Amino acid sequence: PSNAAPPPRPGRRRPQRPQRRPSRRSIKMPAVSKGDGMRGLAVFISDIRNCKSKEAEIKRINKELANIRSKFKGDKALDGYSKKKYVCKLLFIFLLGHDIDFGHMEAVNLLSSNKYTEKQIGYLFISVLVNSNSELIRLINNAIKNDLASRNPTFMCLALHCIANVGSREMAEAFAGEIPRILVAGDTMDSVKQSAALCLLRLYKTSPDLVLMGEWTSRVVHLLNDQHMGVVTAAISLITCLSQKNPDEFKTCVSLAVSRLSRIVSSASTDLQDYTYYFVPAPWLSCKLLRLLQCYPPPEDGAVKGRLVECLETILNKAQEPPKSKKVQHSNAKNAILFEAISLIIHYDSEPNLLVRACNQLGQFLQHRETNLRYLALESMCTLASSEFSHEAVKTHIETVINALKTERDVSVRQRAADLLYAMCDRSNAKQIVAEMLSYLETADYSIREEMVLKVAILAEKYAVDYSWYVDTILNLIRIAGDYVSEEVWYRVIQIVINRDDVQGYAAKTVFEALQAPACHENMVKVGGYILGEFGNLIAGDPRSSPLVQFNLLHSKFHLCSVPTRALLLSAYIKFINLFPETKATIQEVLRCDSQIRNSDVELQQRAVEYLKLSSIASTDVLATVLEEMPPFPERESSILAKLKKKKGPGAVSVSDLDEGKRDGGGELNGAGERGPESSVVSTPSPSADLLGLRSAPPVGSAAQGAGSLLVDVFSEAGPLAPASGVNDDGFLRFVCKNNGVLFENQLLQIGIKSEYRQNLGRMYLFYGNKTSVQFVNFTSTVSCPGDLQSHILCTPPVDPLVEGGAQLQQVLNIECLSDFSDAPLLNIRFRYGGALQNLTLKLPLTINKFFQPTEMGSQDFFQRWKQLSLPQQEAQKIFKANHSMDKEVLKAKLLGLGMALLENVDPNPENFVCAGVVQTKAQQVGCLLRLEPNIQAQMYRLTLRSSKDTVSKRLCDLLAEQF
Amino acid sequence: TVWEIRFILIQNRAGKTRLAKWYMQFDDDEKQKLIEEVHAVVTVRDAKHTNFVEFRNFKIIYRRYAGLYFCICVDVTDNNLAYLEGIHNFVEVLNEYFHNVCELDLVFNFYKVYTVVDEMFLAGEIRETSQTKVLKQLLMLQSLE
Repeated sequence: PSNAAPPPRPGRRRPQRPQRRPSRRSIKMPAVSKGDGMRGLAVFISDIRNCKSKEAEIKRINKELANIRSKFKGDKALDGYSKKKYVCKLLFIFLLGHDIDFGHMEAVNLLSSNKYTEKQIGYLFISVLVNSNSELIRLINNAIKNDLASRNPTFMCLALHCIANVGSREMAEAFAGEIPRILVAGDTMDSVKQSAALCLLRLYKTSPDLVLMGEWTSRVVHLLNDQHMGVVTAAISLITCLSQKNPDEFKTCVSLAVSRLSRIVSSASTDLQDYTYYFVPAPWLSCKLLRLLQCYPPPEDGAVKGRLVECLETILNKAQEPPKSKKVQHSNAKNAILFEAISLIIHYDSEPNLLVRACNQLGQFLQHRETNLRYLALESMCTLASSEFSHEAVKTHIETVINALKTERDVSVRQRAADLLYAMCDRSNAKQIVAEMLSYLETADYSIREEMVLKVAILAEKYAVDYSWYVDTILNLIRIAGDYVSEEVWYRVIQIVINRDDVQGYAAKTVFEALQAPACHENMVKVGGYILGEFGNLIAGDPRSSPLVQFNLLHSKFHLCSVPTRALLLSAYIKFINLFPETKATIQEVLRCDSQIRNSDVELQQRAVEYLKLSSIASTDVLATVLEEMPPFPERESSILAKLKKKKGPGAVSVSDLDEGKRDGGGELNGAGERGPESSVVSTPSPSADLLGLRSAPPVGSAAQGAGSLLVDVFSEAGPLAPASGVNDDGFLRFVCKNNGVLFENQLLQIGIKSEYRQNLGRMYLFYGNKTSVQFVNFTSTVSCPGDLQSHILCTPPVDPLVEGGAQLQQVLNIECLSDFSDAPLLNIRFRYGGALQNLTLKLPLTINKFFQPTEMGSQDFFQRWKQLSLPQQEAQKIFKANHSMDKEVLKAKLLGLGMALLENVDPNPENFVCAGVVQTKAQQVGCLLRLEPNIQAQMYRLTLRSSKDTVSKRLCDLLAEQF
Repeated sequence: TVWEIRFILIQNRAGKTRLAKWYMQFDDDEKQKLIEEVHAVVTVRDAKHTNFVEFRNFKIIYRRYAGLYFCICVDVTDNNLAYLEGIHNFVEVLNEYFHNVCELDLVFNFYKVYTVVDEMFLAGEIRETSQTKVLKQLLMLQSLE
């Protein structure tokens, strides 16, 4: 009902639906009511509206553009009216979605007109088509300056609105000093004060460093006392923003806000005249006051606090009074204040009485006929559920909330109900809530299923008293919503089963039963395969689930599964051979058949071959060691919880976050097969060895990880490999300032590199050229990240086995920089050439500077930031002798190759070089500044790096000292 | 939690934009994308739905008047009802100013609509809420030539 057009207010006309005015629609052009209309504009707009096709519209627009251009270029000086009309037409054309590349100067000319309507169009054009043309900006700023000084409130407001709309740094530089003066001056008109306050707010948001409140602070805070409610309304936004950044300096606003609020709340519904909205006194201002108070803890001063509590009680009381109007506007305005008051009560979280009253009030709304109110009550109660004082009170509404989950028509309301159930869940009601959520999942909207699944999984884990309930719940999840069960969820159930012996037998029995279903979800097969592979022995005593029955059951699913699942099943089979020697012959037969051993998928083929070989040549002891039961996983925060947190996001607001909000569900922590840790060189016995996610995955091909190294030894025909003969880092330093070139070359092999980087991601193409005419046999190249480098850099290479004589093999590395790093990954290459094993380890030229994003800035900015980074650990400096040419152009090219922005005309000494850039890592961005001071006479350099992170400064300094 | 409007959009049911006021920097492509997305999420909703939609990391508070959707994009933590009535307050001002406003008024007088918006919302904040004060100011401006 609230979506309908609002009912009429007494004595006023209601907003009309256009279709009720057919006369108006049928005529082509509305009568221009007053003398301010621009007839030519109206005709043009009508023409455009009458165009039957896009082509016709474009034709008409081009005609008009040509006309305007000729008028602007013509010899005859245009009068202000014509100029205004044409600029307005250009604006209209722009708003239709067409580019406008002229008219800016005419618009700027309008700014200096002394007619309001001309000035207004000029400012509007500037505000909508912001242009960074510096020449124009000077003129615009000049016009603004004149208007600000004009003492004409209308002109001052136009100028202030323009600054507030554009909010550019240049404007901040020009006016950030002047506007506070206008804001607090005694003779400034109220409307100008309103605009000045918000204008200043805009400048503060874009350029906080330029807005210095200092001496004005107290007078700005006292605007809360201003007689004019409009001034208070505008000023409070500014004060709230400033308080968030400098709470101490602005804390006197608390008592002022409380007394202002108290005056509003206690006033009769008509006291505030103009500021009463549908019998509610100053609803927006009340909300803003309550929001300002949420920047601070409860007032310490007893009197202030008492007064505030009184206000909050009055607001809660008013919610119980009969409405003064039946209009939805009345109740909305009243409830806007109520919800804001409840937010404040929750923010304080210290008044049990108010918290419980708030909860009861929201409880009433849960059954209100207005969908909006039910939605907001569910949302608000969610935060109340986390307060110890109101948690129990919230729980009493469980039946209503469950009912909402089942019956609400708007999916977003159901979603809030699910959120609330999640928030109110504790040990006492977990079974009921989980059961309700599970049953809701069967019919839940696709858009919220994944999140529901995560929530159920988390609750089941958190409140599991007996883990058989947990296992049942997760298996139910997979049954009901298998497609939405992400890797994290089924990884987690496996982690828990592996870590708790008391549930292993039950889990084996349950998955065995679940797998009996004729159509079961692939995720069930994964969990089933894994668990039976580990713990199938616990149910093997029952003839109905004997080893062969288990195997046959699993294998009956094999052909319907995707490659990663099949890979997992193959691992389960080899585990079966160890658990149940009696299955060996059957399984070997399966492995040996062509569809396995000659499978076109490399991963499957390799597993089949290796497992077959392993089962035939390894002794029982070796087999038992290699295929031992998985050790317990280290206890960590549930990866599911991390995922849910990530899904919900921090509510951040930058534009880049806008896109991130839409990231797809969970491809990145994929385990088995796809880009799993074990996929290149050797198959570790368990495809999901790393259940906690790839972040901590063993590095690719590093043959030092438990069972993995054992397997290497088993397969190595010539016994253990001789250790690689040291690391070759000859080529490494040559790639600091360049991305392409030859990394290594000897008589046999040439390795070339091409790489590209964007933000924290990179792609490196490695080209292996066979310089001989003979094939390289068993060619492998693997990348490893020694030590803890793996937690800083992710490299995911595939591998190809054969390099023909004279041929070139290409390998692509996908690289992700997680956090800054100093060491380099190692590239290990092995192959047989004429019977001799070649083993080569190179330092991969992957350095932190590859993830630089250049940052352009002016001299002032540069040195300001330079000063900000003045802690001793933020700086790294080296003085060193020149090793290469000191030619200016050579140095420039190197610095450009480094990836930072080379800033011209910044350093007062023209011989010096300064650069700025931001290192992009997944974890953070690290701003860096560089200064290189050559001394030609002495053939020396001084190199200084400053960054917000000491390790980055140091690493860059070390790398670069070798470059010049 | 900075109380701040990201953008205000007025669109008709066919998706034609009648006003777009941006309080955050977006490039032109992004603006077009936002306009289309808002239209897509809002027009599928009916009277049984709330007047709020989650939108990327923000939320849209919207209200439909005949064939026009008035949408305000705010932070998820912002006060839904305050903005919902903010829209209505704005519509009542437009109605009074244009003497029974209709979609065509917004088309032919687009440059005046910006003035009305700036009087009531500035820098993404509520500037003035009193209809009397706003209308008085608008009439005064109207009289200036």
